[in-house]
Amino acid sequence: MLNSEKITKTLLFLASLIIILLASGMMFTLINGSIPVFKEFGINFIFSTKWNPTEEKEVYGALPFIAGTIITSIIAILICFPLAFSTSLFIGEYYRGRGLAKIIGTMVDMLAGIPSIVYGLWGFYVLRPLIVDLGFNSQGYGIFTAGLILAIMIIPYATSITSEMIMMVSNDLKEAGYSLGATRKDVILKIIIPNARSGIFSSYILAFGRALGETMAVTMLIGNTNVIPKSIFDTGNTMASVIANQFGEADGLKLSALIAIALLLFVITGLINGTGKLLIRKFS
Amino acid sequence: MSELIKHIEAPVLDIKNLSVSYNKEKYAVANVSAGIKKNRITAIMGPSGCGKSTLLRAINRMHSLYPNIETKGQIDLNGKDTSTMSDIILRRKIGMVFQRPNPFPTMSIYDNVIAGYKLNGIRIKKSERDEIVEKSLRDVSLWDEVKDSLTNKGTFLSGGQQQRLCIARALAFLPDIILLDEPTSALDPIATKKVEELLIELKEKYTIILVTHNMAQASRISDYSMFMYLGELIEYGKTKNMFINPINEKTEEYLTGKFS
Amino acid sequence: MISLIIKTKKHLKGINIRILKNQIFAGVVFVFSFITISPIVLIIYKLISKGYKQINLAFFTDIAPNTYEAMIALGNGETIPGGILNGITGTLIMVTMASIVAIPIGLLIGIFLYENNTKWYANIVRDITDILQGVPSIVLGLISYFWVVKSITHGFSALAGSTALGIMMLPLIIRSTEETLKMIPETIKEAGLALGVPYHKIILRVLIPTGFSGLLTGILLAISRIIGETAPLMLTALGSMGVNYNIGKPTSAVPLLIWEFYNDPNMVDLIWSSSLILMIFVLILNLISKHLIAKKNN
Repeated sequence: MLNSEKITKTLLFLASLIIILLASGMMFTLINGSIPVFKEFGINFIFSTKWNPTEEKEVYGALPFIAGTIITSIIAILICFPLAFSTSLFIGEYYRGRGLAKIIGTMVDMLAGIPSIVYGLWGFYVLRPLIVDLGFNSQGYGIFTAGLILAIMIIPYATSITSEMIMMVSNDLKEAGYSLGATRKDVILKIIIPNARSGIFSSYILAFGRALGETMAVTMLIGNTNVIPKSIFDTGNTMASVIANQFGEADGLKLSALIAIALLLFVITGLINGTGKLLIRKFS
Repeated sequence: MSELIKHIEAPVLDIKNLSVSYNKEKYAVANVSAGIKKNRITAIMGPSGCGKSTLLRAINRMHSLYPNIETKGQIDLNGKDTSTMSDIILRRKIGMVFQRPNPFPTMSIYDNVIAGYKLNGIRIKKSERDEIVEKSLRDVSLWDEVKDSLTNKGTFLSGGQQQRLCIARALAFLPDIILLDEPTSALDPIATKKVEELLIELKEKYTIILVTHNMAQASRISDYSMFMYLGELIEYGKTKNMFINPINEKTEEYLTGKFS
Repeated sequence: MISLIIKTKKHLKGINIRILKNQIFAGVVFVFSFITISPIVLIIYKLISKGYKQINLAFFTDIAPNTYEAMIALGNGETIPGGILNGITGTLIMVTMASIVAIPIGLLIGIFLYENNTKWYANIVRDITDILQGVPSIVLGLISYFWVVKSITHGFSALAGSTALGIMMLPLIIRSTEETLKMIPETIKEAGLALGVPYHKIILRVLIPTGFSGLLTGILLAISRIIGETAPLMLTALGSMGVNYNIGKPTSAVPLLIWEFYNDPNMVDLIWSSSLILMIFVLILNLISKHLIAKKNN
């Protein structure tokens, strides 16, 4: 009997090693593959805006993509915030526990289930003409359009965690507020939010992390120009998008540049997601 | 047969035919009428589920927060029908203290005391604020204990101190009436004693209505007592008389511990 | 103190404004909430209205047309012939392969985390799992490209595709397994131990059956997550014209087909019907999961 227990425990332990091997293997592959391009351009690779794959004159720099990734994700969070927060209040406070909250909650979950490419298609055929009609960009591509579709994609992530955090605020505190003459708005702004603020904040960090790594929808709407955008209606490019676009037939130094970008993406999303999850754990 | 006090002279609070139901059929409070005397402590007692908390919470309209609760009847405050007052005004005139001490965890002791003003967006000068905080904390005998740590969070106090802080918070509005819903059931005996002494002091300036499941507490500190059973007001009289000579059979059974 | 009372009376006027602000706030919340859910309605409407015409039995049994067939059909004003069979088989094959590896390993690691909840080593494993969960799928595709396309199959392949998908599934299954097991009351496990049941039997005969619906939900959700993935497959499976059963060779998948259709001006009209099918599958999986959760809570 002791024997089978030991075997089981060993088996489980070995299984756990798999994930560690996987993660280390991934880091190794990415770092290994990035070495050529860092050897060639040094740390400047991260700050350079030149991108020219023609042979004999190859030069690569990641800055436009880093900028594009961060800018689109920030726009996404800015647009997402009022919408997701309102929906969280709807589900977690105003209609808490009632049928309508469940329906809205389900519909928000459905937003999370739509594949990225479908968002890209819809953005391309519906949002883009809208942007053109509004006169913001002659073709409808750009940082703003990409940010807009990203905002819709990350809403479910922000909404579900935030509404949980809102519901965790004890009823005693809310009743105390009401008994002092506070209106519902007062209770929400002055009692619920302050008491749930860490959890709410980390939900948006996680949503941000999610936006950073999005590929398909962004690549179909951002315009794919390898420059740092000067206004939000300019076109640009993101790290994930350039990897997908330029991967075909990429070789040698170019491939190494793409891997380096993947490494940067890996590190950035890892840090952001790690911070978010840490904050949430601290608060539950 | 129930025996109610027929007449309280100029009651500060007059409950008229109050009924509260959670769903259409069952009444948690059934047709209760009573006048509350000013500057006295009135205790509401009864076994679990008799409707005493529901009755208390109807007075400051806490039930309006819950859409499935229906309230019928009328409550007059100083002669005026409270249904003509907005929730906000009503709750400034009638303060509430809850069973579990609930100071706001993100606010300091100082801010907790004037939380009512903050939540209502009422701006007052710092000097007035300081005045209110000091007076309210003195009134609950907390001032000396916390005057050097007013910026600490309210949750760092002991249970008894937290509850007195909550009472101070309710006093900051100078309400006419203070409602307390089993305020000492979560406290140890020493803290309980402090709160009871406090209530006796406070009745000089305020009218106190206290729900308690502790008969001894009611007999110790209350001037008037209501006994409720299954949502009905069975007996209401001067505490001394009721305990020594209960008129209703049910009251007597409760007081002699036949059921709780 | 009298000044206090006067102050309060002055503010009586401000009360109506506060009540108004309260109602406006609620109104804004309401409106924004409906704006939030509008995309789902709009998207599904678009997919259905533009995609239903293409869908018939042939859509599921025919492979994708090539660009000439499509061009001719368009010229004649006919519906484009063909279907997405190669995509469906490719997706099925890769999802199955990914699941065969990711499910058992994910379960084991999830059980490991559950059993060793507080140990420092388990915390590291959990943190790494969480980090892995956040890795963008394109990066996983790139990794699989090196590990499989370059090193094992020397060319794009279904195996590489399923590797990327499997790595995506793994953290999801691990976490949902751990969470499900944590919700099983300790007393059930203790009852088994008290009866002298060996450790591995407790896992197999007690914990897993009890948590079955939760475990299944986690698996279904993981599958629904990877079914729609395009980016990693672009770097690994590449796509193929016909149905392909050789896992060492490139293969198609529904999202890859959608991408191909999108990029080909002759076949663009097919994107709606294929997306509709994809969405339906994802939604079915999600609905089954929700149903399982609801049943469990009852």
